[in-house]
Amino acid sequence: MTRYQQRFDRFDRGLHGFLMLSFLGLALTGLPLLFADSPWAPAIAAVFGGYATTGLLHRIFAVILIAVFLTHVTRLARRLFIRGELGILWGPRSMVPQPRDVTDMIAHFRWFLGGSARPKFERYTYWEKFDYWAVFWGMGIIGGSGLMLWFPELFARFLPGWVFNIALVVHGEEALLAVGFIFTIHFFNGHLRPEKFPMDTVIFTGRVSEDELAHERRAEYERLAATGELERLDAGPPSPRARRMGHIIGTAAVVTGITLVILITFALLTH
Amino acid sequence: MRLLSLLLTLGLCAAAGPAAGQTPPAPTTEDCLACHEDASATRADGTSVAVAANVFADSIHGGLACVDCHQDLAAQTEWPHPEKLGKVNCATCHEEPVAKYGDSVHAKARREHPESKAATCVDCHGMHDIKPSAEPTSRTYHLNLPETCGRCHADVKVMPAELRQTTGIVAQFQDSTHGKALMKSGLTVAPDCVDCHNSHDIKPPSEPASTVHRQNVPGTCGKCHEGIRTQFAKSIHGTRLAAGSVEAPACADCHTAHGVTRAENPTWRLQVVEECGLCHVDKLQTYRDTFHGQVTALGFERVAKCSDCHGAHDIHPMRDPASRVASANLVKTCSKCHENANDNFVKYDPHADKHDRERNPTLYYSARFMGLLLAGTFTFFGVHTGLWFMRALKARKEGR
Repeated sequence: MTRYQQRFDRFDRGLHGFLMLSFLGLALTGLPLLFADSPWAPAIAAVFGGYATTGLLHRIFAVILIAVFLTHVTRLARRLFIRGELGILWGPRSMVPQPRDVTDMIAHFRWFLGGSARPKFERYTYWEKFDYWAVFWGMGIIGGSGLMLWFPELFARFLPGWVFNIALVVHGEEALLAVGFIFTIHFFNGHLRPEKFPMDTVIFTGRVSEDELAHERRAEYERLAATGELERLDAGPPSPRARRMGHIIGTAAVVTGITLVILITFALLTH
Repeated sequence: MRLLSLLLTLGLCAAAGPAAGQTPPAPTTEDCLACHEDASATRADGTSVAVAANVFADSIHGGLACVDCHQDLAAQTEWPHPEKLGKVNCATCHEEPVAKYGDSVHAKARREHPESKAATCVDCHGMHDIKPSAEPTSRTYHLNLPETCGRCHADVKVMPAELRQTTGIVAQFQDSTHGKALMKSGLTVAPDCVDCHNSHDIKPPSEPASTVHRQNVPGTCGKCHEGIRTQFAKSIHGTRLAAGSVEAPACADCHTAHGVTRAENPTWRLQVVEECGLCHVDKLQTYRDTFHGQVTALGFERVAKCSDCHGAHDIHPMRDPASRVASANLVKTCSKCHENANDNFVKYDPHADKHDRERNPTLYYSARFMGLLLAGTFTFFGVHTGLWFMRALKARKEGR
């Protein structure tokens, strides 16, 4: 009987769910404006009930995303200050970039170029950390500029008007970066690369099999085996229902995302 | 039937014939109607020569005798008269309108092109059924004119080749706010064709004397839209147009000529932005890069369009203190939508260009930074992903 490790708890899976929902929603309601001169833009806006509703939905999704972000940060603060989990700041279970990420990356590139051994990854790999911190950066850039564009009169009380010029350009460019990155690189790393194809459901079921852990995150696997946690923390297989839901939601997100990438590419080429 | 009518005609006309040696009296209307009232009376080629007595009697010319117009028949002695009669000369009575007509695009077309079907008096006024323009049944009655003009101007078979693409104007006019007011609502104050083009002395827009020549358009529209004309005359467009500029817009450039819609029409309000952009190319481009321009491009008009900031008929250059976008007026102008706009707020550049380092330095460098960030991220991860993909495929083949 294969053992399973609990990788993401219910709370984080829920947050990721809301993150997906709001991110896809923001992309679907924002891209028509960014590519307003492309023929598909008014069509998508029309699906959402015209421009006014599209704008309203964009703001609703933005509020959801900000709430997700604040919830996550609050949770981190509680883990750090109340429960004293210093391990989230440094070490194998931390998201903070560390020297091993550099060496892992170099080793990974060696393997890409024909090296025989894959690097032994820990709980969070360097590309996962990049994804994670990119959201922080993106929240600051997109969230900040978005709020400025939402409440220009308020921000003009203390900021000169030309920051709105910057805010609009930066909002759009960062959106392209985020959407382009998530819908290609993140999808590839998480789901579409040959080892995972067609989908890794861990973000939906929360559980990863011991075999996969041993293959994908050797360092974490060995660490857990050494401390006996591998046996002690066996979570059992994910329910078929969770797995099925994961496939459905994941497939829908991947299909939507890749469709948007195709539309963006079309818009950029025909501009 | 035809034989019968011919016999009847010969008999009646012989009875009315003059005695030999006398100057024959001109035939009376009754004499003429003796033959022509027969609805089945025809020429040799079968076309009707019938004249309905009551229709003629009801017409404005009902009191005249046939020979007052068909003057060559006054001295006619042989009956029936030849089929081909002399041309009726309306100028006998209507000297001034005919003189004006002689100067018109219609008369000119007939002079220059013998095959032309351009309108003569009868095409607009009718023949034996002419009514004064004030009467609702008249072809030239205010509300009936578009249909009368449209009989030729909407017909590709009548219009000369070079004007064939203009045959849509009658339909356009019908759908326009002028056309609907006139033909649907029956508003007597709504313009019909001749209000803009004149009637007898219609001239093409290319002629400086034409009422619809570029320079004269504001005056023509201004006959009704007096307030707008005054505003426009003072504006940068109006003064340039009056000074003979061929680039400055006249009314129809923004409003169209025959398809004029109400200014509240959202579709038109969005289209007119593109109209401004035909001349102000770079300004349209930078407008489209802003939130305002993106929203209007999506088809939503409740954000700023050109006229919301610059005005419509009263546009002045920025350096003119009367301009809505003169720096002293900016807070007021922006406040129309952004209620709490302040001095800070109006430092926003609604035509910012991220490629223009001189005009928008902070924007330029922000955009450059973002460009590098995107290029860097996608290049790195593009390579990363590509290499990974190939290696993973290979690993899979090796069974690992």
